Amino acid sequence: MTLTTVLQNIIKLLAKYWDVFLLKGVSVTLALSAITVTFGALLGSLLALMKMSRLGLLRFLVTAFVEVIRGTPMLLQLYVGYFIVPLLVPSLGLGTFASISVALVINSAAYVSEIIRSGIQAVDPGQGEAARSLGLSRGQTMRRVILPQAVKNILPALGNEFVTIIKETSLASTFFVGDLMTSYLIVKGATYLAFESLIIVGVIYFLLTFSLSKLIGVYERRLKQSD
Amino acid sequence: MTDRVLIETIALKKSFGPLPVLKGVDLQVHQGEALSVIGPSGGGKSTFLRCLNLLETPDSGDVIFEGQRINRKGTDVDKYRQKMGMVFQHFNVFPHMTVRENITLAPTLLKKQTRAAAEAKAEQLLDRVGLLDKRDEYPRKLSGGQKQRLAIVRALAMEPDVMLFDEPTSALDPEMVGEVLDLIRALVKSGMTTVIVTHEMGFAREVSGRILFMADGQIVEQGPPAQLLEHPREQRTADFLSKVL
Repeated sequence: MTLTTVLQNIIKLLAKYWDVFLLKGVSVTLALSAITVTFGALLGSLLALMKMSRLGLLRFLVTAFVEVIRGTPMLLQLYVGYFIVPLLVPSLGLGTFASISVALVINSAAYVSEIIRSGIQAVDPGQGEAARSLGLSRGQTMRRVILPQAVKNILPALGNEFVTIIKETSLASTFFVGDLMTSYLIVKGATYLAFESLIIVGVIYFLLTFSLSKLIGVYERRLKQSD
Repeated sequence: MTDRVLIETIALKKSFGPLPVLKGVDLQVHQGEALSVIGPSGGGKSTFLRCLNLLETPDSGDVIFEGQRINRKGTDVDKYRQKMGMVFQHFNVFPHMTVRENITLAPTLLKKQTRAAAEAKAEQLLDRVGLLDKRDEYPRKLSGGQKQRLAIVRALAMEPDVMLFDEPTSALDPEMVGEVLDLIRALVKSGMTTVIVTHEMGFAREVSGRILFMADGQIVEQGPPAQLLEHPREQRTADFLSKVL
């Protein structure tokens, strides 16, 4: 196997299967990541607020949840989602894609809740005290004073979480959900050109995450300037 | 100063973990009075001040403000805090809001004033402290002294009945201390009730009607400035004064 044959094979694969990689694979990977980040952020915000609640039980439940998610392999969580979600809500007739999405969202929510909590707690406590001393309620203080400042800590970290998720969704290919890694499995199966398919998929993953990281970097610098 | 008691604390106690910080503080602050609190670091001055508007919750004892016990469960503390302005050592101005928004946030959010009235009031206050030309700037463009003046008028915008100052000049560069003290002095002259925790002995002597010396979680001694600073009755006070004067 020479470099030339590998290159030739890659070109051949791209010519024949470009739609499998680029149309199907990339779009499913991006869709899965977007769903995970969006709902993960929503659920994560809720968890973060619960973790800062005055109710001890609520704090304990969230802490336990986050520790379990962080302490078990993501692949295991995907299996649990794959088997359990359809059993829990059989009436919805959720397919593999939805079940895997639910598992990804739950996993991401645990990490995002920590990002949000630490972003909020990184805001100078004096800010909250000043707001409360003026007579603002806890909720008003959070919405008008703490959160607008916490967002600057949270958004860049959330962007990095997006990058991580793009890579982690590759585990979903275990269940053949049609993401970029599934494209690899399909093309490899059809052509037996495993190495060449891997290179193509690897380059695409890299281009996705690298450009996203750069975008986040630009955004982060802009946030810093407004400080 | 009138005879009306504006704030009263009864047997106020507070511990941080095993460390007792306040060991039963009784105090009355009269309307129109200018009270300074001095004493060594860690003596409980700031904790005591923060108990007055319940930024710290006392473990036991009572805080009575305008005749209401405000530290009992179920009290709407926010309502009373609107009447107690507080100024912090580190200013705590809101960095994500313009100077003007810093001032109008609380009055408009708490429906004390219409937006137009709050804006007008903010301009008037800013003019009074010489910051009118900074009204649309963000706090990062302000010097420390300007930030602290902003923090003071932000509290004044709520038209409080008392102003609490927690070491308002301790974080300032020396050349900016004067401008902040001038503003506090003017407030005292206007009849505002003030409680000032400070290390500025000269200032405390000049503006206060009464000075309180606090150490080890207790009020060791209190009295008119001249008497307390020059003829302290307690050895503890004399020791402290000999180190700082």
